[in-house]
Amino acid sequence: MSEFTTSSIREFLDTLYRTESRRVFATLVRLLGDFDLAEEALSDAFAAALRKWPQEGLPANPRAWLVSVGRFKGIDIIRRRARFDASLECIALSVEANEPEIVENDELADDRLRLIFTCCHPALAPEAQVALTLREVCGLTTEAIASAFLKAPSTLAQRIVRAKARIRDAKIPYQVPEREDLPQRLDTVLQVIYLVFNEGYAASSGETLTRPDLSGEAIRLGRLLVELLPDPEVLGLLALMLLQESRRTARSSPRGEIILLEDQDRALWDRESIAEGKQLVDKAFASNEVGPYTLQAAIAAVHADAANPADTDWTRIVTLYNLLLQANPSPIVELNRAVAVAMATEFEQGIRLIDAILDRGDLIEYHLAHAARADLCRRLSRVDEARLSYQRALELAQQEPERNFLEKRLRDLA
Amino acid sequence: MQYMLLIYSDEEDWTPEEREHCFAESTELTHELHDRGQFVSASPLESVKTALSVRVRNGKRTVTEGPFAETREQLGGYFIVDAKDLNEAIAIAARIPSVRKGTVEVRPVVELTGLPVSK
Repeated sequence: MSEFTTSSIREFLDTLYRTESRRVFATLVRLLGDFDLAEEALSDAFAAALRKWPQEGLPANPRAWLVSVGRFKGIDIIRRRARFDASLECIALSVEANEPEIVENDELADDRLRLIFTCCHPALAPEAQVALTLREVCGLTTEAIASAFLKAPSTLAQRIVRAKARIRDAKIPYQVPEREDLPQRLDTVLQVIYLVFNEGYAASSGETLTRPDLSGEAIRLGRLLVELLPDPEVLGLLALMLLQESRRTARSSPRGEIILLEDQDRALWDRESIAEGKQLVDKAFASNEVGPYTLQAAIAAVHADAANPADTDWTRIVTLYNLLLQANPSPIVELNRAVAVAMATEFEQGIRLIDAILDRGDLIEYHLAHAARADLCRRLSRVDEARLSYQRALELAQQEPERNFLEKRLRDLA
Repeated sequence: MQYMLLIYSDEEDWTPEEREHCFAESTELTHELHDRGQFVSASPLESVKTALSVRVRNGKRTVTEGPFAETREQLGGYFIVDAKDLNEAIAIAARIPSVRKGTVEVRPVVELTGLPVSK
């Protein structure tokens, strides 16, 4: 087949690698029963494609071809190792005996879910879940993950190696959880995705406020999960991420300074993301199983609906926070509710609610609690009180842009 | 694959009636596991007040009173079960009665070859 030049095949394979390699990988993990082996077999399969396809032409179903060749390559690898370790021979035989039906589409979708649930297994530490998901599901390199988390590549590599060893040694199964375990296990997966998103949205330390890669990666993961398992909270999480992401360009100045919601140029908000996010919120609400992610997304959607800050429907936001507090009671939700109450009723009421949280001993080390209190005092022209609270917030804030913001507020008070 | 399920809880947290009830419920669980071919062994342990720690250093044996580590929850019993994977082991652990008061640690067992086969 002369129409396929090596360079056009290479280009096609590059695209195929980007779009399909993690799917093929997910299936190979199931067929071969081992992450590292599947990774090796995957690159062997792509190398074989690069050799063969220019001569033989494209196979009818490239993905199935890659899975099938990858499986044989995997068996070859086990065979080669078996020459040094006889116990591996029976593994090779059992992999070979399990002649799979690999083109079944449902099964392939399930493989990607299996991969996600295995990478987010509660037996792995949260940071291992995050690293493994980015590496295995998203296909990010260890170096890329390390730089996104400001860690040494060797630290990340070690984290991933340990997680894989744990999967092997404790025999974490490659499966989608049973129905009864599903809500809890899905919750872990959503937490991992949201953690990745937040890591991109606001770095926990350091000088850059946003790191585009991780937020984008998390949204891609969210979309994948919506496609595979459209549970209401899965929709809710994707909605929440899209609605937050829609404000990306508006939330900091070109010099990296924080711009608060009420000061943002709303024309910069990405209407397309907002529309998609709101649609997802509606869909999730229609299910009548409204969870914390959906409620947070609904709150973000109320903000997105306001053409300017004064138009914000704070009463609706307070109602949503009341529901959120029921679904997911936490001091942080209480704090956010206090601010919403302040905006819906009077600032004093917000200060009273925040003081009640702080008096209980909650959030006293959380800079945003003091910053929120300071802001309400500022609005009431209680300058001395505002100054004390801003100063306390500044002592606790770690991120450079946040510190700059608080310092500016302190200067403006004078 | 075998997993050891180590049961930790605060000993002071149990009334004699609760303990009796826990033993009965655990015994029932062992029978159910046995019927499914998953039971290897299980036992409650006497109070941690009976614990001793033995060490041999430089050929010299020391015996001290008490457990190796002082914690709020003490090792109070164990199960060894045969499960097909970690998820199955977790599901069994979640059914041990003391899990509702304390903690069950799940540990994969290293299967050494060359050990004598127990009766």
